[in-house]
Amino acid sequence: MAAVTYSKSVNTSPYYAVRLRRFAVTALVGLFALVLGIGYLLPFGNMALIAVKSQDQIAASGDGPIWPLEPEVYNYEGKDYPIYTVPFEDGTSRELALVKKGRQTSQFVDPANPDAGLVDWAGNWRGLAQVSTIAPHFDNFGIAWDIINFPRLFGNTVAIALIGMVGTLLSSIAVAYAFARFPIPGKNILFLVLIGTIILPRQVTLIPTYAFFAKIGWTQSWLPLIVPHFFANAYNVFLLRQFFMTLPRELDEAAMIDGASPFTVLYRVIIPQSWPAIISVGLFHFIFAWNDYFGPLLYLLGKPDLQPISVGVQIFNFQYGQRPELVQATSLMAMILPLVIFFFAQKVFMRGVVVTGVEK
Amino acid sequence: MVMASVDTAGVLTSPREAPKRRTLQQQQRIWGWIFLSPWILGFVLFTAAPMIASLIFTFTDFSLSRPEMSFVGLKNWQNLFNDPLAIIALGVTIKYALIAVPIGILVPLGLAALLNSKHLFGKRIWRTIFYLPYMVPAVSSIFIWRSFLNGETGWLNRLLIQIGITDPPNWLQSEAWILQAFVLIGLWGVGNAMLTMLATMQGVPTELYEAADVDGANGFTKFLRITLPMISPVIFYNLVLSVIGVMQYFEVPYIATLGTGHPGTSAYFYNMHLYKTAFTYFDMGYGSTLAWLMFIIALALTAALFATSRRWVYYSSGD
Repeated sequence: MAAVTYSKSVNTSPYYAVRLRRFAVTALVGLFALVLGIGYLLPFGNMALIAVKSQDQIAASGDGPIWPLEPEVYNYEGKDYPIYTVPFEDGTSRELALVKKGRQTSQFVDPANPDAGLVDWAGNWRGLAQVSTIAPHFDNFGIAWDIINFPRLFGNTVAIALIGMVGTLLSSIAVAYAFARFPIPGKNILFLVLIGTIILPRQVTLIPTYAFFAKIGWTQSWLPLIVPHFFANAYNVFLLRQFFMTLPRELDEAAMIDGASPFTVLYRVIIPQSWPAIISVGLFHFIFAWNDYFGPLLYLLGKPDLQPISVGVQIFNFQYGQRPELVQATSLMAMILPLVIFFFAQKVFMRGVVVTGVEK
Repeated sequence: MVMASVDTAGVLTSPREAPKRRTLQQQQRIWGWIFLSPWILGFVLFTAAPMIASLIFTFTDFSLSRPEMSFVGLKNWQNLFNDPLAIIALGVTIKYALIAVPIGILVPLGLAALLNSKHLFGKRIWRTIFYLPYMVPAVSSIFIWRSFLNGETGWLNRLLIQIGITDPPNWLQSEAWILQAFVLIGLWGVGNAMLTMLATMQGVPTELYEAADVDGANGFTKFLRITLPMISPVIFYNLVLSVIGVMQYFEVPYIATLGTGHPGTSAYFYNMHLYKTAFTYFDMGYGSTLAWLMFIIALALTAALFATSRRWVYYSSGD
């Protein structure tokens, strides 16, 4: 392709012009991506820097500098004094610690030369700029950790996600195996119905399902968040079926001839070849369950002991809206695990997305 | 073992092959149903039965807070037209959909085209950056954006002021801007659509582009005439999903407005009205009616999309 463009262009413009143009295009595209990329990352930056600001700094000036700052102090004769930038009549300004506040004149000490004693300065100290240093408050995470009881939320979420994952894997593998390998009458129609459930709004089944769970006493427990996953799900079945169909049938047939039952074939032949698909289904479910908010909101309201992190963080943040640094700290804590999983399993993940989204 | 017994039975009456295969086939069918049973059972329990039940509920005054339930005919359906909040909520949802759905297709399409460009260096890093926010739990991302969009302290308005926009909107507190703010938040979640479009773009046969090069087509023409038609099935798939998704839009407005839909009713979405009706006021008969109306609208829109798809979605022959 490059050769074609080149030979076409070489007739009209000198070689270096082509090179220059190509370089310019590359630079422009790169710049465009850079701007977009920064745009996508800015909210993360906003969160990260607010999460480590001190409560005092936010209370004093929420719209002040974006950096987590702390007023600088100087210890003079056993006491801490704040440091200000003090201008003098000769046009210079020095950073001095304010020892004695006064309306007309204040007394300062020079941290660089404390032995010189107190310096008088005429003017209102309130008009002076305070000197600050960057001081991230990582202890915000500790505070948030304790208030939301992070270990409990974390444990609940992992438990709900893992049990559901086992359920969806067992059932989806079985159902995908049925669709991929067995001569079931009306299989194509059943498969269409299965895929059709993807576009069915959840709300149309929600109220009776909730009423049913309430009737059998399952609301206010994990069961409604876990048990339905033991009955397969369209995305997962689809992904697994697509994968199973690519596996050669000869291996299952050979096993069958050796007297293996379909269960044995699934367990010994199909599953060992399908780990990539199985892992991506498992990861999808884990992330889904970790991020799910509506289900736990509905079924676990008023049960803080059982709530997962999504609802826990939301309830905390509704109550602690006046502490933006804690709100951001908890938001960060809730997303760490999904992001870590994503970074480590990016490839598996993206391949799964492509299979379910592209092949349909 | 089974085969052997079939052999002895079949030898006398019919040719050996036929009964043997039939029995094996029957056996395979039974196994098929066994493996399929989790889904069949789940479909009946958690999809079909609740759907029918909720349709029946629309003709009742069913509520969890009262033990008995009586049929009220079409009263719930008539209520739809006398419920100003339902009409407002539907209006908010439609207004949002009209901005969010096109942007939710165009932005991932643009990002995919960018990532597919042969001029772009460091593709994997950009792909990760654009996909990453999709992994962030909804709850976290909404609180992150609440802070980012804060009128005084948020970075977005600080940036807008820096580049000379003196009076930027107070996004989530402004009736005029809150839906646009939600669209911005939605841009953080285009990773999946982007990835599916990108993968399809990468699968377009290069011969097509080479042929276009011979004809002297420029990059834009090639995108319009080759790339777009070739990836139209994926665009269509994402369009259907986003139309269905926008009808059910709940978490962002619910959490971002702390459950209120304020300012005014500007962020009071249809699904929030449904949730409040069914789970705050426990009016589940009317809640089911709202759900069925949503289902009917979603079905009609999907059917309409499928009807138009013949004109613009290109399915290459074969698989």
